[in-house]
This record gives sequence, C-alpha cells and structure tokens, in this order.
Amino acid sequence: MEFDLSLLLNGIVSGLLLGGLYAAAASGLAVSFGMLDIVNIAHPALMVTGAFTVVVLGTWLGLDPLVVAVLQAPLFYVFGIGIYNAYHHFFEKRGDEALQGLAFFFGVMFIIEVGLVMAFGPEQRFLDPSYAYTTWRIGDIDLPLRMLVPGLFAMACIGGLFLYLHRSFTGLAIAAVAQDAEALRLMAIDPVRIKRLAFGISIALASMAGGALVVVQPVEPSSGQVFIGRVFAICIMGGMASLPGCIMAALLFGVVENVTATFFGPSWSPAVAFGWLLLVLAFRPQGLFGKAA
Amino acid sequence: MNANLRFWLGAAALGLALVAGLRLLGNDYGYFAGYFVLQYVVLAGAWNILGGYAGYVNFGAAGFMAAGAYSAIVVRQWLGWDLIPGIFAAAVVAGLLGLGTGYLTLRLKGVYFSIATLCLAVVLQTLVVNWDYVGGSRGAYIIHARDIPPFNSYSEMLFIVMLALAIITTGIGRAVEMSRLGRGLQAIRDNERAAEAVGVPTLRLKLVATTLCGALMGVAGAPLPYYSGYLNPEAAFSLAYAVNAIAMPLIGGAGTWAGPVIGAVLLASLQQAATVTISSALNLWIVGWMLVIFVAVAPRGILGWFRKRT
Amino acid sequence: MSEVFFRAAGVGKRFGGFVALAEVDIELRAGERLGLIGPNGSGKSTFVNCISGDFAEHDGQVSLAGTVLNGLKPHRRARLGMARTFQLPQPFNSLDVLENVRVPLLFAGHAAEATDRAMACLEQVEMADKARKLPKELTQVEQRRLELARAIALNPRLLIADEAMAGLSNAEVDQIIALLFKLNEAGAAVIMIEHIMRAVTAFSERLVVFVAGRKIADGPPRDVLALPEVEGAYLGKQ
Repeated sequence: MEFDLSLLLNGIVSGLLLGGLYAAAASGLAVSFGMLDIVNIAHPALMVTGAFTVVVLGTWLGLDPLVVAVLQAPLFYVFGIGIYNAYHHFFEKRGDEALQGLAFFFGVMFIIEVGLVMAFGPEQRFLDPSYAYTTWRIGDIDLPLRMLVPGLFAMACIGGLFLYLHRSFTGLAIAAVAQDAEALRLMAIDPVRIKRLAFGISIALASMAGGALVVVQPVEPSSGQVFIGRVFAICIMGGMASLPGCIMAALLFGVVENVTATFFGPSWSPAVAFGWLLLVLAFRPQGLFGKAA
Repeated sequence: MNANLRFWLGAAALGLALVAGLRLLGNDYGYFAGYFVLQYVVLAGAWNILGGYAGYVNFGAAGFMAAGAYSAIVVRQWLGWDLIPGIFAAAVVAGLLGLGTGYLTLRLKGVYFSIATLCLAVVLQTLVVNWDYVGGSRGAYIIHARDIPPFNSYSEMLFIVMLALAIITTGIGRAVEMSRLGRGLQAIRDNERAAEAVGVPTLRLKLVATTLCGALMGVAGAPLPYYSGYLNPEAAFSLAYAVNAIAMPLIGGAGTWAGPVIGAVLLASLQQAATVTISSALNLWIVGWMLVIFVAVAPRGILGWFRKRT
Repeated sequence: MSEVFFRAAGVGKRFGGFVALAEVDIELRAGERLGLIGPNGSGKSTFVNCISGDFAEHDGQVSLAGTVLNGLKPHRRARLGMARTFQLPQPFNSLDVLENVRVPLLFAGHAAEATDRAMACLEQVEMADKARKLPKELTQVEQRRLELARAIALNPRLLIADEAMAGLSNAEVDQIIALLFKLNEAGAAVIMIEHIMRAVTAFSERLVVFVAGRKIADGPPRDVLALPEVEGAYLGKQ
C-alpha cells in the first residue's frame, strides 16, 4: 500500500471528529459505570433509541436533529430515573448487582433492540440536516460539517456536564457518591436520590449522543451493538469517572479506528474496539490516563 | 456412586424414550423441533457452569456458538472432517477462545469479563464477514454429512447427536456441581476474597470454568451448519442465542444442574411453538421480558421458587 | 526459645503519594502470641493485606518458614500455613456451616476425609450442632466462630486474627480468647489485631504498636504500654 500523507492527515482529522461522537456516547457511561458503579450495558441501546426518537420527532416537527436531541433530553432523563428505580428496588438493594443486575440490563438492552425492530423494521433510518453535505476545506484537510457539528455539539454537552459536576451542589454530591456513599449519608444526603438523579442524567446524555449519531450516520436498531465495545473501552481507558480522560480516550480511539479504516477498510473497524478493550484490560485496567495503582 | 449410576441410566432411558417416540411419530419436523430445543439445553448448561456456579456472566454465547459452527465448517473444507470430528474441533477452538478471554480479563472484577464477552461476538462476526474462506458475509454451504447406517434419516441422526451432546453437557454440569471444582466456584460466587484466603485457587478455577463454558457452547454450535445446510454470519451470531443462553438458566434456576434443562425445554418449546403463530421478533421480545421479570421477581428461578415453598 | 519462622522485613505500601505503611520489620517465633495495636488508619489492616497477599505489590520482603512469600497469591500462602479471619465475617453465604469449613479442606489435599475433618474443626469451636445452618442464621459470635473454624481447617502455623472480637459482648470476647489460646497451644503462632485492650493484654506475650504507618514500639506488653510515646500517640487519644 502506498503511503499518502494527506490521506493519513485526513484520517486523523476525521478520526478526531468521530472521536467527538464517541465522547458523547461514552460520557453518559462515565457517569453511570464510572461514578455510580452501575454496569449499564444497555447504554448504547438507549442511545440508539434516542436516535430513533430524534428521527421521528425531527421529521414530524421539521427541526434539526440536534435541536430535537436537546428538546427530548428531559424525557429520557425521566425514563432513566424509571430504569434506576427498578434496578435499585430489585437488585441494588438486595445486593444482587453482579449476576442478576447484569442480566437485567442485558434484558433491557435486548428488549429495546428487538422493540425497535418491531416498531421501525430492521432498515436504516436517517434525517439529514441542511448542512449534511457541506464540507469545509483547510488546505488538504476536509472538515465535513456532518462530522464537525455533532463533534462540537458533543463537546458542548460534556462541557455542560463538567461544569454541573464541578460547580453545582448536586453535581458535587454526585462526585461524592462516587467516592464514598457513607460520607453523604453523614451529611444527611440520601445517596440513592443522588444516584437516581445521576443515572437520569446519564440516560439524557445517551439520548443527546443519539441525536449526534443521527447527523453522522443513518441508524438501525442494531447500531448499538458495535458501540458497546467502543464506549466501555473508552470509559475504562479514560479512567472510568474522569470526563477529561473520557474525551481524550474517545479522540484517541476515533483516530486509531479511523486510520485503521482508511488503510485496511471500514469493515475492520469494529475489531479495533475489541482489540483495544482487551489490551487495556490486560495491561492498564486503571486507564490510560489514570495513575498507576 | 449409586446416584451417579441412577442419573446416567435415567438420562439414557429418557433419551431412548425420546428417540422411540419420535420414530413412532415418523415426522421429520419432530426431529427438527427436538434438535432446536436440545441445542439450547447444551447452550444453557454451558452458560450455567460459569454463570450459575461462579456468578460470572458470559454474554458471548452467540460468539462462542458461532465459533463452534465455523470451526466445523473450516475443518470440513480444509481437512474433509465430518460432523463428529467437527464437534471436537469446535470444542477445542471455542474452549481456547474462552480460556484466552478469561486469561486476559479475569484478574480484574468479574464485570470486565462480561463486557469483553459482550464485544467478542461483534468482533468474531467482523472476522468471519471478512473471511472469504468461510464465505464471508454471503455464508457457507455444507453438503450433508455422510449417512451413518443405523439411523433412519439424516434428521434423526442430527437429533440423536444433539441428544447425546445435551445428555453429556448436563452430566458435566452435574459432575461439576458435585465436585471440588463446583464447591470452589460456589465459594468464588459467594465471596471471592474469602475463597482465596482459605486456599481456593480462584483464578485457576475460573479459567477452568470459562474454558469448559466456551468449549460446550462451541459444541452446541458445531452441528448447526449441518442442521441448516447453509450458514451465514447473521444466522450464526444471532442475538437469540445470546439472550436465550442467559434467560434459560436464570429462569430455570441457575447454579443447579437441572435448572438450565428446565429453562431450556420450557423456553425453547415455547419459542418453537410460537414461531408458527407470531413473528420471530415478537417471540424474542417475549424472551427478553421473561428474563427481566424473572431476575427481578424470582432471582433463583423456577427451581429456587419450588425449593423455597417446600 | 524456638527460632524466627515468620519475618516481615521493610514492609511498606504507598497509595499514590500517600504512605500507608513504611518499612515495618516484624519477626515472629513459632507459636508466639503477638498483639498488634494502633489507632484507626495506623496501617494495621494494610500490614495484614500485605502479608496475606491481598496486595500483590508492596515494598520489602515477607517470608514464612524460610519460604519467601512475595508474589504468591493468597491461596498459596494459605496452603503454606497462613490463615486469617476478616474484620467483618466473610462466610460463603449460599453454603451451610459444614460446607463452609469443607471448602478449605477440599483444596488442601484432604478431599476424601473433608467432612470428618470439618466436623472436628466445628467441634473445636463448639459449632458442631450448627453444621447444617446457613451463615445468615448465625449470631455475630457464631459467625466469628465459623471464621475461626475455617481458619483452623487450614491447619495454620500462623493465624492472623483481624479484629476477631469487634462487636462482641464481654462474655463472648472471653470465649474467642479461650479459642485462640487453644489454637495457640496446638502450635499456631497468632497475630492478634485488636482494639479491645483487655483482650490484647490478656492474650499477647509481645506487643507491637503502629502509629501513622510506622512501628513505634515492639516488646513485652507491660514495657510497651509504659512507653510515653505509646501512651501519647495511642492510649491518650482513646
């Protein structure tokens, strides 16, 4: 294969843009899996659900996918709270998180995916915003708005989350629950209430990531499957509960995957996710950016 | 010893009765439906060894099963091996896959193993789709296995092979439950740190369990290309396997050798019966709901429910 | 006196920049009864986790009967004769009391006579009549006894009793002390980590004091407790 610098540069740049989408997908998981220790394997399926509702509502209202994504987020927040309530009542309270809790989220993921197939059929759905076919060019480098806009949208969402977690009282309480639930109890704050709220936020983030996903590519009910490996690999690489770590890992991941796709063909890119996940688990389970144990 | 003999004699008698009954029925559909149910007995029993006893969740049943199915295809195309050696090849390949995944992830919290198995199926599917030797995304055809004289028909032979595999898997599950390995795995499930502290070699036992679990799942998949005559990645990696492999033991009663058998016979028969009346998607949807409802309301499954009452 | 058979030399552990334990040396003779005391966060538990193998990596060297333990997993150390109990009892909840005690025996090469031996261990801790109960049906002190029975099943040469009496009544504390004496007479050295001073002074023939991750005293209990720095750092604050 002939080496081509501009091909490589473009691969890296569009990898960074792709990484923005991955960061959006993984940031919600950094809250639920990283901070709350809830192994929500249904997270990508919920993201795809968000993508489908964006397509339906956006087509109906004639609005931009990302606008719809923001408008529908409260609905998913409430939905997330409902899921957490069920999870807490049946599993967390009983101490059955490990086996039954995992099976529960697997079941939820499965119900969502098959439910989407039944409701929308297995075909791809899309909703192209007006800028979908515009590409900015800087020198040799292409900046397709289809990728750039959702990437910036994702960064805005994560930035908002970061400020919320570091500035607001409730946000600080979420960070505290990740460290030590007992300490919160001593401060007369109910850790379950905080976790419920945080889980709701993580699902709202999943649905907004779904909006970004719609802009980038058409979605189908099984789109979530390839994201499972990606988002967990990113979350673990980023050091679990760290949002900056999550973004850096996502960008790196996007670049590696995209460069692989550029030089070896796109059908290989799902294998990259798993390869990375295994390598990270085997050699740096504390994350690429975490400190050594 | 006595109980062991009773189990094997009982299983053999039940098996013979099934074969005799289906012969009397004289309908090929009976064999096909029976095969469908029995492959799930193997799959659920395999999942139970790791999930039921040790409490480690394997989400990758579809991946391991497909690894077995494609191993059978590869050894047939490459070496001309038939069904039975193909089953052994599948056991070796899928077992090594289980061992490798376990070796890389089991030193960490159990959930990492689960996540790894969840991605394993996606990646194996990528590999198979890109692998022209086994037909890539178009799929592969398998000519019939050579006919073996004592059987009345091809479908009867496949049914009896799967029946034998189901009995062997259940027997292995039972042997694990009665053995030191099973006790060690239960100790790991209850409290891994305490198990290690009283001298249980936890990592080694978990690796034995992941290998056994993977190998038996591969075995469940090996006859699949012979059964369906044609295999493409989409069918081999069907999500139905992954969800049923978890739902069946949990609904029947995980951590007991009989639980997966009960769950598999119940759910697979229901699905087999329902395909006639409702769409396959709705069918699977119902399985998903049953899984969620059972783990929430009856976490010890049907068997646990009965044990509590008596 | 017999010679040194357990040795921790320069054992330390850091978490990031925080030094939880620094260069601790402790030697033990066969059959010795050692009390280990110190305020909360002084490094006692860290020390136990280092020598039991729960922390795979730490500074310094640990050896038992001439075998270097560094790098060995906890189950290998258990087979070499090191047993421990946990601060909070950690039974195998789905197994009954007898099975709980059978587990260590199955993996210590006594599979054939595991049941008989397990019953013998249960008799030693006076729990034989509870053999078929589940751990959750036991009282606090019975759970502590079960922990000890499981440790005895390993036929230990060194027993680490990590706050084995926390939360027990006075009478129950005396029962556990009596049990530990019995074990000690059978040949096991015991390291008792305890906050209940009455138990420590009644049991130990030697006392080690940790403060802020360092060993500040080591000797006969009477001498150690009389040291001004021990009184200041530990007893004074109680």
